Amino acid sequence: MGKIRTPYLLLLPGFAFLFTFFILPIINLAQTSTQTRIENGDTGQYEQTLRFSNYIDAFVENKEQFGRSFIYATIATLLALAIAYPLAYAIAFKAGKYKNILLVLVVAPFFTSFLLRTVAWKQILGEEGFVVPGLRSLGIISESTTLTSTAFAVVAGMTYNFLPFMTLPLYASIDRIDPRTLEASGDLYANGFTTFRKVTLPLSAPGVVAGTLLTFIPAAGDYVNAAILGSPTTKMIGNVIESRYFKIVDYPTAAALSFTLMAAILILVTIYIRKAGTEELV
Amino acid sequence: MSQNASHKNNSKLKDASIPTIPFGARVSRWFGRNLIRIYALFAFTYLFIPVAYTFAFSFNDSGKSNLVWKGFTLNNWKNPCGAPEVCSALGNSIKIGFLATFFATVLGTMIAFAIGRHKFKGRSSANLLIFLPMATPEIVLGASLLSLFLVFKINPGFWPTVIAHVVFCISFVVVTVKARIASLDPRLEQAAMDLYANEFETFRRVTLPLVAPGIAGAALLAFSLSFDDFIITNFNSGTLTTFPKFVYVSAARGIPAQANVIGSAMFFLAVTLVIVGQIVGRKRKVS
Repeated sequence: MGKIRTPYLLLLPGFAFLFTFFILPIINLAQTSTQTRIENGDTGQYEQTLRFSNYIDAFVENKEQFGRSFIYATIATLLALAIAYPLAYAIAFKAGKYKNILLVLVVAPFFTSFLLRTVAWKQILGEEGFVVPGLRSLGIISESTTLTSTAFAVVAGMTYNFLPFMTLPLYASIDRIDPRTLEASGDLYANGFTTFRKVTLPLSAPGVVAGTLLTFIPAAGDYVNAAILGSPTTKMIGNVIESRYFKIVDYPTAAALSFTLMAAILILVTIYIRKAGTEELV
Repeated sequence: MSQNASHKNNSKLKDASIPTIPFGARVSRWFGRNLIRIYALFAFTYLFIPVAYTFAFSFNDSGKSNLVWKGFTLNNWKNPCGAPEVCSALGNSIKIGFLATFFATVLGTMIAFAIGRHKFKGRSSANLLIFLPMATPEIVLGASLLSLFLVFKINPGFWPTVIAHVVFCISFVVVTVKARIASLDPRLEQAAMDLYANEFETFRRVTLPLVAPGIAGAALLAFSLSFDDFIITNFNSGTLTTFPKFVYVSAARGIPAQANVIGSAMFFLAVTLVIVGQIVGRKRKVS
C-alpha cells in the first residue's frame, strides 16, 4: 500500500513548487499577452481585452529580430558542435588517465563569470585588443574593419559561451561507446570515415541531440551576447523582450513575444526530436 | 620446404615495413595520428583565452576603467573589496547560490528517486514537466515569474531571485541524479536485502552512499548555474545587485579590476575544490 504512494509523496513537494513558480507564471504570461493599456491609465497598467492581434502586431514589428535569433542560434549551435565533437571524442578516447582533469577543464571557465568572459572577448576583439591590430598589420582585414559590434562577434560569443553545454552531453554519450565496437568495424574493413559515420556517430546520437538542444535553446533566447558584443543591427528577440519589459514597460507585447519565442522553440524541438528519433532525451 | 618459404616471406615483410620512411611522411603520419589531440588543444586554448585575459587584467594598475594595460600591481588582489559594491554583490550571489542549491538539490533528488526508482501512473508526464523548464528560454522563465510576482504585488528582490533560481536548477539536478541512479547495479541493493537489511537501512547504507557522488555533482552544477545566472536574475532581483549583474551594469563604464580578481579567484577555488574532490573520491575507491 505504502509502496504505491511512495513515488507520489516524493514528487509532491517538487511538483507543487514547479506548478506554482513555473506553470502558473506561464499561464499568467499567456493572460498578460492579450491585455491592452487602460485608457488614461498610468504606465504599466493593463486590462484584459483578449486582444489576440497583440501577437500579430508584436511579430510583424519584430520579425527581423526573430529571424536573426534563430539564424544566429543555428549557426552558433553548428559551430559549437563542430568544435565540441572532436573535443569530446579526444577526452573520451585519447586522454587516458587525464580524462577527469580534462573534463573539469571544460567546465572550469564557467566559474569565471560568463559576463566577465564575454566582456573579455569584447576587449580582446576590440580596437585596443591584440587581434584587430594584428590582423590589420598582416593585411587580412582592412583598416576600417572592426570585429566588435558585428554579427560575427555575437555568434562567436554565443558559440563560446554555450560550448560546455554542448561538450558535456557529447562526452557522456561518446564515453559510453565500447571501443571494441570501433575495432570490430575496422576488422570488417571499414575505413576511419566509414567507422565514424556508421558506428561512432549513431551511437553518440543521443549526446548530439541533447547537446544541440542545450545550446540552441538558450542561444535563441539570449540577449547578453548581442548586448555586449553586438550593435543595434544585431539585436535579437531577447533584446526586444528585455527592453519592452524594463524600458518601455509594455508587458503585453513582451508577453506575446515571449510566448511566440517559447512556442517556436517547442515546435522546432519537437520536430527535431522526432526526426532524430531518440526517445531517451535526458 | 613450404614452411621455409613462408618464413622467408615473413622476413621479407618485416624488412619492408621497417626501412626508413621519409621524414615528411613521418611528420604527416604523426599529425594524422595526433590530429584530434592537436584539435583538442586548440579547443582548450579557445576556452581559456578570456579566462587568461581576465586573470591578467586582475593585475592591471588601471584605476576605474580596466580597458587598457597600465602596469602591474598586486593592489587589486590585496584589496578585492576596494571597488564599491563589488563585495556586497558577490555576497548576494553566494547567499542566493547556497539557498537555491539547497532547495533545488533536495526537491530535485526526491523527484529523481521517484522517477528513477518507481514505476507509476503519470511517469511520462512527470518527465515532461522536468524537461519543460530546460526547454524554456531563460528570458521567458524570468519574464513570466516577474509578471506573476507583479500580479501578487510581491516586490522583486532577494527571495524572488532565490525562487527563480530553484525553478531552473531543479531540472538539472533531476537529470544528473537520475543518470546516477540509472547506472547503479540493482544487485547491490538486493544483496543488502538478502543480508536482512530492511528497506530503510538498505536505502541509508547502500543506495544513498552510491548515489551521493551524483547528488554532489548536481549540487555543484546547481550552484554554478545559480552563481553565474544573469538573465533570470535581472528580471527578478529588482534593486538587489548580484555579481553577474554588477559586471553587466559596470560593463558600460568599465569594469573595476577587482571584479577580475573575484572572477579569477572563483575559478581557482572551483578547480581546486573539484580536483581535491576527485583525489579524495579516488582514495576512497581504492580503500
